[in-house]
Amino acid sequence: MLKIEDLRVSIGDREVLRGINLHIREGETFILFGPNGSGKTSLLMTLMGFSGYTVTGGRIIFRGQDITHMPMFERARLGIGMSFQRPPTIHGLKTRHLVQMCARGREIDPEAMARKVNFEEFLERDINAGFSGGEIKRSELLQLMAQKPGLVLFDEPESGVDLENMQLIGKVVRRLLDGEVDALPDCNKPLKCKVRTSGLIITHTGYILDYINADRGQVLYQGHLCCEARPRDILEHIRSYGYQECIKCLNEPAPGQIVL
Amino acid sequence: MKEVKLTDYAFKGIEHGEIADLRTLDASDKHRILHAGVDVDSDAASAVFMHMDQSTVHCESRDPGLELLDIKAAMKRYDGLPEYAWKLVPRDKDEFTRNVAENVHGGYFIRTKPGAKIAKPVQSCLFLKAEKGGQNVHNIVVVEEGSELHILTGCSTAHSTTSAAHLGITEYYVKKGGKLTFTMVHNWGQNATVRPRSVGVVEEGGVFQSNYVLLNPVGTLQMYPAIYLNGRGAIARFNSIIVTPEGSHVDCGNRVIMNAPETRSEIISRAITTGGVNIARGHIAGHAVPCRGHLECKGLILGGGQMLAVPELDATVEGVDLSHEAAVGKIAQDEIEYLMARGMDEAEATSTIVRGFLNVDIMGLEGPLAKAIQEQVEQIDANAM
Repeated sequence: MLKIEDLRVSIGDREVLRGINLHIREGETFILFGPNGSGKTSLLMTLMGFSGYTVTGGRIIFRGQDITHMPMFERARLGIGMSFQRPPTIHGLKTRHLVQMCARGREIDPEAMARKVNFEEFLERDINAGFSGGEIKRSELLQLMAQKPGLVLFDEPESGVDLENMQLIGKVVRRLLDGEVDALPDCNKPLKCKVRTSGLIITHTGYILDYINADRGQVLYQGHLCCEARPRDILEHIRSYGYQECIKCLNEPAPGQIVL
Repeated sequence: MKEVKLTDYAFKGIEHGEIADLRTLDASDKHRILHAGVDVDSDAASAVFMHMDQSTVHCESRDPGLELLDIKAAMKRYDGLPEYAWKLVPRDKDEFTRNVAENVHGGYFIRTKPGAKIAKPVQSCLFLKAEKGGQNVHNIVVVEEGSELHILTGCSTAHSTTSAAHLGITEYYVKKGGKLTFTMVHNWGQNATVRPRSVGVVEEGGVFQSNYVLLNPVGTLQMYPAIYLNGRGAIARFNSIIVTPEGSHVDCGNRVIMNAPETRSEIISRAITTGGVNIARGHIAGHAVPCRGHLECKGLILGGGQMLAVPELDATVEGVDLSHEAAVGKIAQDEIEYLMARGMDEAEATSTIVRGFLNVDIMGLEGPLAKAIQEQVEQIDANAM
């Protein structure tokens, strides 16, 4: 689904990603750990194609196409969807209208979708205007449901969310990754009808791991990926030893391939 | 301001006979006035009025709660309308009011019956067809006690290049507990000269709501309609959407004077310049307490042009509550990228943001008017980029 080869990225003069290699298969959920400033958000922004992130080397292949220099909207149409941490308010743009536009002509039922994230009463509100942390997350999920991407980029799904909302968000993220968002109701082989979605998720706390089936994880440290392992084991390890251990990983002959 | 020479225009001799059925207008004229929000093929109007060049050509009320007359006929029938005519706008205010006072071509006199709630809007169209024609219009609107009325007026030239002058006097009287919604859409052209002069008075508990839309070029337009809230609890609201392409010169504002306690006012304007000059004025005065007023003026420059915001607050009593907010900016890159991440290309993202910025929804307009405005909004950045 997504293949990143020796990706190098700079913001201005500063190199933030220093040769990233990553392969996420169809339906696979990959968890990215790392301390603040390690380049996690930069990786997501680069994959989505934001201005200001200059690719100085390497390639990004998505669904077999080289998207390294593709404009953002084409990546979105190709199936990359992103949940924003701090999305901008757009005055006069109703949430309902944006949700419709996310579907790009595909027929959707905004009410039914909004109900899944308990967001019906926000459909007539201007997008992100005065939304709380949890409301932003629900709004982003609603848009992603309408967009129905093949790969979801999710930056800290748990940030700014209270415990009650965490449960709701966790379940919806799972449904999104399981492709259950708009599976046909009259489908008699539910497992076959699902189209599994791939995910690349950044987490600090790991709360999201309670809700989703995360297949693999890795730590991003100072612009390098290292320490590939099961996400729960990585989390456990970071809790006990901190990120300092990653330096050791980086010094090993085959960085990123050491099982903790 | 652009200099206007009234001697450039013919204020005599461009007359037309009655047009009994407006559906017989030619397709090009119909299309132009549709862009000014007037749909002559629709029967969703309580009354229909049309003034072409220097004659009232159509004047028809379909609602027993509503009186609609050509202004000259009304002046004759009611002995010069001494209570209403030229009471709010002085004849000698400026050269334009003088020009109209000397030679009124037509205009409407609209009066509701007390308590009448007129469900469908009155549709009015002021049309300039003749090259170098000058139009002197005088309108009077009287909303009697406890009645409600929506006037939808569209002003247009026959072609986007027609060189013509429109001078229009409008006097509004909203009596106790009355409500007037006045929606005006302008569809002039790059050579049009426009000088409306409008003043209204709102009595106790009355509401005056104005919606103004100008999306197309206009040579020069200057107006500063004023509403006096003279009765306790009266309310005035102005919403304006103004776009000035290259060559347009617009100097436009709204003024509310609160002379009674418990009055409220709100002036909201959204302006975009894509190369023209846009002077956005606003003035709220509070002379009684309690009263509350808010002025909000937001501008965007897309490409080029000038935006000059001139908000004014005038308070003369302790306890008056007035505020204003003025901003001129550009479309934020993070907003464009947010929408592009949802699959919109840059043009789609920009027009979505512009549409939101212009806040058309706030006017609550429906039907062909809403559609016509929508279409023109889509055009704005296509033209600007």
